[in-house]
Amino acid sequence: MNMIQALNSALHVKMAEDPNVLSFGEDAGYFGGVFRVTDQLQQKHGLTRSFDAPISECGIVAAAIGMGAYGLRPVVEIQFADYIYPAYDQIVSEAAKLRYRSGGQFTSPITVRSPYGGGIFGGQTHSQSPESLFTHIAGLKVIIPSNPYDAKGLLTAAIEDDDPVIFFEPKRLYNGPFDGWHQNPVSPWKAQDLAQVPTGKYVEPIGKARVMKEGSDVTILAYGTMVWVSLAGAEHAGVDAEVIDLRTLVPLDIETIEASVKKTGRCVIVHEAPKTSGFGGELSALVQERCFYHLEAPIARVTGWDTPYPHAFEWEYFPGPERVATALKSVMSGGR
Amino acid sequence: MKKPNTQPLSLRVPEPSGRPGDTPDFSHLKLDAPGAVDRPEVSTTPFDMRDHAFKLVRVLDDNGKAVGPWNPKLDAETLRKGLKAMILTRAFDDRMHRAHRQGKTSFYMKCTGEEAIAVAQGMILSREDMGFPTYRQQGLLIARGYPLATMMNQIYSNASDPIKGRQLPIMYSAKDYGFFTISGNLGTQVPQAVGWAMASAYKGDDKIAISWIGDGATAEGDFHNALTFAAVYRAPVILNIVNNQWAISSFQGIAGGLETTFASKAIGYGLPALRVDGNDFLAVWAATQWAEERARTNQGATVIELFTYRGAPHSTSDDPSRYRPGDEHEKWPLGDPVLRLKQHLIALGEWSDEQQETAEKDAVEQVRAAGKESEAIGTLGQSRPSVKTMFEEVYATEDWRITEQRREVGV
Repeated sequence: MNMIQALNSALHVKMAEDPNVLSFGEDAGYFGGVFRVTDQLQQKHGLTRSFDAPISECGIVAAAIGMGAYGLRPVVEIQFADYIYPAYDQIVSEAAKLRYRSGGQFTSPITVRSPYGGGIFGGQTHSQSPESLFTHIAGLKVIIPSNPYDAKGLLTAAIEDDDPVIFFEPKRLYNGPFDGWHQNPVSPWKAQDLAQVPTGKYVEPIGKARVMKEGSDVTILAYGTMVWVSLAGAEHAGVDAEVIDLRTLVPLDIETIEASVKKTGRCVIVHEAPKTSGFGGELSALVQERCFYHLEAPIARVTGWDTPYPHAFEWEYFPGPERVATALKSVMSGGR
Repeated sequence: MKKPNTQPLSLRVPEPSGRPGDTPDFSHLKLDAPGAVDRPEVSTTPFDMRDHAFKLVRVLDDNGKAVGPWNPKLDAETLRKGLKAMILTRAFDDRMHRAHRQGKTSFYMKCTGEEAIAVAQGMILSREDMGFPTYRQQGLLIARGYPLATMMNQIYSNASDPIKGRQLPIMYSAKDYGFFTISGNLGTQVPQAVGWAMASAYKGDDKIAISWIGDGATAEGDFHNALTFAAVYRAPVILNIVNNQWAISSFQGIAGGLETTFASKAIGYGLPALRVDGNDFLAVWAATQWAEERARTNQGATVIELFTYRGAPHSTSDDPSRYRPGDEHEKWPLGDPVLRLKQHLIALGEWSDEQQETAEKDAVEQVRAAGKESEAIGTLGQSRPSVKTMFEEVYATEDWRITEQRREVGV
C-alpha cells in the first residue's frame, strides 16, 4: 500500500470495528478527500459515519470535541496543516485541557488528521510544518509517520488513544518515499519493506521511535519526509549515521534517542519547519542535557529557514540531502 | 478615477444611552406587551417565524398575572421550586461575593438579575441532557440540587475541590449534573454543544444539548461556526444568547446589537429564533420548552435570545460605576426576576410575603451551613489538593516528562 491507502485502510478497519468512530472534514465525505484518504468510507460505512463538513476548521474541531465528550471517537480532517490555525483555540484551550480542567470528568479522545510538509511546490499555505505549535501544548500528542506501515499502525493507535492526537501526514510521502533528490524520478512505495501493510488491524505504539538504519558515527533525529532525506544525506556524505525516525514527537521516545547519541557521540537534527523555536530546539536541548559528557561535537540542526515557505525557491528552502550531508561532515570534523 | 464623496467619511463607534452621572434611559427599547406575541407551532419553518426574532415573548404582566399564548400553566409546586432556587442562587452569590471581599477566594462572578434563565432551563432539561454553560449559569447547578458546599470547595480550591485546584473559581465541572466543564475562553462551548448534540443524533439517542453565550461573545467566530453546524446537521440543541446588555464595560451595541436583535442573527442561518423576556420565569420556561420539543422531535436547533440586565459588576475585579449609570439596574423596565415570580405566586394565592421572607432566610441558612462545611475544609490558601495532583490528568497516563518534573517538585 502507499501511505494514502494505508491511512484509508486504518480508517476502514477502525470504523468497521467500532461504531463510535466517525470521520468528517472538508470534502472528506462523498468525494473521499482531496488526497483520497477517506475514500469509500461514506459508501461503505454510511452517510452519517463519513461526511462533508462546512469550511470551518474551528467548527470541525469544536464539533469533534463535543462528540468526544459525548463518548464518540471522531477522526477529523483539516485539509492542510496550513489551515489548522482557525481551530487552534479549540485544540489548545479546549481539547488539550478538557481532561485536566474537569478533573477527569470530560475527555477528548479525538484525532485531528492533517496533511503537512513541503517539497511539493505548495507555496506558503500548502507546505507548512506547524508541529512545534502543538508539541508546546500540554495535553496534546503529536504523531508524524514516515511510511505506510507506521501510518496505518499509528493512526489506529491515535484513534484508540484516550487523549487528543494531532496526526500530521507528510503529503510529500503519500505516493512514494521522497529522499530530496528532486531531479530524480520519484520511486514508488511498493519497492519498500515498510509498504508491506497488512489489510487487517494492527497497532504501532505511540511514543516509540523507529531506528531506520543503525550506524556508529552520528545520530540523526528526523521525522516525516526528513527521514528519507536523512538516509539519502548520510549516504551522500559517506557517513555511518544512525537514522532515527521519531514517529511520535509527544510523547517522545527519549530512551532510544539517548542510547543512540551516547553510542555515537554526535547528533544532527533534521526538520522542515523553520529553525527558530522549531521542535529541533527542544530535541537539541534534551540531547545536550542528557548526553553532554558523551558529545564530541556541537549538535547541528538542519531545518527550513526562518522565512515563510516560498514557491519559486522550493529547493533552496527545503532541507535536502546535500544540506544534511554538509552538516554530517561538519559534525564529524568537530563542528567547525 | 477617484470618486468624490459628497461629504467626508466618518467612523461610527456605538455608544450606550447612558454613562456615569447620566439618568438611565431605556426609552429606545421596544418591548411587546405581556401576552402580545403569538406562539407558533413547533413545526413552523424558520422562514415563517422570522418576525419572532424581533418580538419579545412575555407572560407575566405588571400585576403578576400570566397572560397570553406562551403561558406554560405551571403548577404552584413547580413555581415555588423555581422561586426558591432563584432565591438560593442570589443568596449564594451574595455570600461568595462577600467571601471574596474577606479574602477567602481570589475571584467571583454574580448572576444578579439573570437567575430566572439558568434556573428555569436547568429545571426543564434533565441531567442526562448536556448543558454547555458560561460562567454565569450557576443557577443551573443550584436548581438541580448540586451541593452548595461542593461549589464552594471549587471556589476555595480546597482539598475537596472536585477539579483539584486547577481552575479559577466558578469554572465548575459537573458531568453528573449535565454541566459541561467551563472554559475561560469565550464562545468555545457553543460549537462543542452542537457537536455533542450531533453525537446524540448520530447514536439515535434521545438526549439534547443546550448552550449559553453572552451578548458580547456572540462576536466570536465560534458563534458563527456553531450556528452553521447546528443548521447544516439539524443538531438537537438549544442555543441561548443571554443578552444582559453588557460585556464587562462594553454595551451590547459594540457586539453588533445596535440596529438589530441578537435573535435575528439566527435568521441568516436558517434557524428559528425566539426573543424572550429573560426576567420572566414563565416566558423563559415556555420558550425553552418550545425549543426542547423542537430538538427532541428531531426538528433541529432553536436560538433563544434572553433579554435581561446584568445587575451586578461583571466580576469581583470590576467596577461598573466607571462606565454606566449607577442606578441603571433599578430602572431596567423588565424588573427583577425574583420579585416578578414572587408577585405571580402571590397573585395566584400560592405564596405570601411571609413565605418569601422565610424562604429568603432559609436560603441564607442553607448557604451559611454549606459555607461552614466548606470552610471547615479550608478557604483559598488554607487548604488545597495535594501538589501531586498538579501533574495528574494532563494525559490519561503520565509520560516520562511529567514523571521527571513531578519528581523535581518532590511529589
